[in-house]
Amino acid sequence: MQVNETNTVNTEEKEFTPLIVAFCCNWCSYAGADLAGSSRLSYPANVKIIRVPCSCRVNPLFILRAFQRGADGVILCGCHPGDCHYSTGNYYARRRMTLLFSMLDYLGIEKGRTRVEWVSAAEGAKFSATMNDFAATIHKLGPNRKLRDLRCEK
Amino acid sequence: MREINEMLKKKVSELLENGTADRIIGWQAGEFCYDVTPAVMRKDNLDELFYNGFCGANQSKYLIQESLEEGKVLALLKPCDTYSFNQLVKEHRVNREKVYALGIPCSGMLDVDKIKALGITGILSIEDNGEEIKVATMYGDKTCKRTEVLQERCKVCKGKEHKAYDELLIPDEDAPEVPNGEDRFELVNKLEAMTSQERFDFWRGELSKCIRCNACRNVCPACSCRTCVFDNDNSGVAAKSNADDFEENMFHIIRAFHVAGRCTDCGECSRVCPQHIPLHLLNRKFIKDIDEFYGEFQAGEDDTAKGPLTAYTEGDCEPSIVMEKGGEA
Repeated sequence: MQVNETNTVNTEEKEFTPLIVAFCCNWCSYAGADLAGSSRLSYPANVKIIRVPCSCRVNPLFILRAFQRGADGVILCGCHPGDCHYSTGNYYARRRMTLLFSMLDYLGIEKGRTRVEWVSAAEGAKFSATMNDFAATIHKLGPNRKLRDLRCEK
Repeated sequence: MREINEMLKKKVSELLENGTADRIIGWQAGEFCYDVTPAVMRKDNLDELFYNGFCGANQSKYLIQESLEEGKVLALLKPCDTYSFNQLVKEHRVNREKVYALGIPCSGMLDVDKIKALGITGILSIEDNGEEIKVATMYGDKTCKRTEVLQERCKVCKGKEHKAYDELLIPDEDAPEVPNGEDRFELVNKLEAMTSQERFDFWRGELSKCIRCNACRNVCPACSCRTCVFDNDNSGVAAKSNADDFEENMFHIIRAFHVAGRCTDCGECSRVCPQHIPLHLLNRKFIKDIDEFYGEFQAGEDDTAKGPLTAYTEGDCEPSIVMEKGGEA
């Protein structure tokens, strides 16, 4: 029994594939992801995109909830500052996320697990590069243990 | 303090007599002299009004409800309460027209737990004048130093100037001296200098004590939503208790985040916490970050300035600044 348990733990560690949640704004980054797809650029399949009307729609609870439900990394993509479809949404998102990320660091959560990137509709290549890079970072950090619902642990 | 108490009683009955206000939010003595509760009083029960070194409660939040009712309410505001008051007026939560604000002096409030920790028990009454506190107890008279028993938030006093008032009981210049303000970010700096794992362990140790009584939320003058996200069944995060350590973290991150940029650092959250969690350290982290990233800002300094999270500049720092700036990994 004990042997079996250690075995499963070992294989799990070997097979760690991070689950990544990407909040993408409808106008730029989601279209950027679309372009990455139609240009046949690859990004990890475990990046789950959630489309939001604007990066500033994302409130801190969304990010925490993603972690609670088992995400290992959360990335927020929006239009470049100055290009927001609603003129100013991403400026507010930028301030909020800066403060939230700083607070997570203050509570001892690894810094690399959260990120904000600005990706325009024309930047399919940047989208795929960003996602590949972020997935690699999270892979290095390992599974998210500090900020999750421990009831999900097997 | 005794003179101020007398002056206050005289002034308040005068204001109620001449019709400036028809009721007052003041403090009422409880069973013990340190067991003081805020209460609404009218002319007929005004003799219950009471002001001593334990009247720490920030009364601004009660004005939200009181200013909805008929007639004018007289509010007693200590200098630090006026910051919260300004903030509530700015957010249109308190109807300024319905409030008559009387600024009262404060020379730092006392923490009864600290007095008891010095071994002084069976407290009957307290005489607080100047540096020395005389405590009459069941076991005879005792004394202790004022600086030893001040509330945590009073050690970093913002000063004796009232930021909003209709009338002052004593002009600010003549008011008794306030405690010398220490550096309020001292502990935040200390935490930031720790490693990430040490910080994690520190906060787990603190936040795991949370019994989710919601006192920090209910007392906070900045936390004034009619339905809190944590009470809203449709929000997906409503809960009566913390089911696991994630929810402890989430509640406190979100509580502090929702008041970021509006928190005046009045310290009520830590004062009322029955588990003595240093909640003000979360708020101060946000205040410190805001000061560093977006320029010095004191919420409640006036009733017009835009808050840092409802404003922006094109050249704001990117969130990746946390990667370089934040504490050690």
